[in-house]
Amino acid sequence: MTSWLLLAAAGAPEGGLFDLDATLPLMAVQVVLLTFILNALFFRPVGKTVEERESYISTSRAEAKQQLAQTERLEADLRQQLREALQQAQAQIVAAEQEMDRLYRSALAAAQAEANGSREAARREIDTQRKLAEDTLNGEADRLGDLIVTRLLAAQ
Amino acid sequence: MVPLPFSLPFAELEVGQHLYWNIGGFQIHGQVFLSSWLVIGALLALVVAGTRKLERDPRGVQNLLEFIWGYLRDLAREQIGEKAYRDWLPFIGTLFLFIFVSNWGGALVPWKLIHLPSGELGAPTADINTTIALALLVSLAYFYAGLSRKGFRYFEYYVEPTPIMLPFKIVEDFTKPLSLSFRLFGNILADELVVAVLAFLVPLVVPLPAMFLGLFTSAIQALIFATLAAYYIGEAVHEEQH
Repeated sequence: MTSWLLLAAAGAPEGGLFDLDATLPLMAVQVVLLTFILNALFFRPVGKTVEERESYISTSRAEAKQQLAQTERLEADLRQQLREALQQAQAQIVAAEQEMDRLYRSALAAAQAEANGSREAARREIDTQRKLAEDTLNGEADRLGDLIVTRLLAAQ
Repeated sequence: MVPLPFSLPFAELEVGQHLYWNIGGFQIHGQVFLSSWLVIGALLALVVAGTRKLERDPRGVQNLLEFIWGYLRDLAREQIGEKAYRDWLPFIGTLFLFIFVSNWGGALVPWKLIHLPSGELGAPTADINTTIALALLVSLAYFYAGLSRKGFRYFEYYVEPTPIMLPFKIVEDFTKPLSLSFRLFGNILADELVVAVLAFLVPLVVPLPAMFLGLFTSAIQALIFATLAAYYIGEAVHEEQH
């Protein structure tokens, strides 16, 4: 393994901590290349993904907000309708009660009038009958009186 | 008396030794490239595994990648600003990921098991060439960011708020890459050395706290490098309120 490592290792200079040589520009080129590669493989795609997600989240949020607002509007609308329906029903109940009351009263009045009428008629009938009976009785009594009188007179 | 375990395979110290490759008459440090290819390979494997099937409902590795992406986006947006951060997110993110995986790879991968003819494998960021390369890329990046966004008005930045600032701002252009590269290099190399020295002296248990501290430092250094790079770019593209 060391053979190919030593391949290019020519007469080694003395070295040292601050040994500046062609490593410097080559390393710079390497880092610049790495920057471009990482930009293409990492920064651009990941950035795109993250920003797409962020915009997706914000649009979803906006949509959800809009839908919420719409729902609230609908709810308020329905509440209003419900209240109106309740009021209407209440009014209808009151009207129906009044109507029923009126009908009851008129029916009662009619029935009472009819009852009074038939009672009156019955009374009149009774009166005429009684009168008739009285007349008949009186006539009968007169006739019997007359008969008694004529019989007594005849007997004397 | 038990003699010091000098024979243990991992108790060796090599500083400043490199595996030299000669390419077209130029010397390069082979061990740095070997480990950096491993780092890049690991990064690409992770990225390819996680982005093969991107879905709206993330699953598996995609979650991790989206977390990383969100973290880096927040970092870039905070430092560079809402308007320009999109152009620079890949650069800042690549810096962070490369440095982070390099640092942790240097601390976590048992490189000692692979024997090189000369030098030893380790974090690519423990080599001054790598850190200077990264720092110079940052310098180029912020010059390019400023010039491409503002044209020659970019140089107004050197005399704002007052022309007295001109020499300081010019010096800053040199100190920025210097501090960036040496901070990263120094921290990572020092961490590796501390762990190596502790392991050299006491091979068991004792280096563990230093190793954990090293993991922490490594993560922090990656964050610092990426944040500063983003801050410099943000400074360059920042529009003064006139």
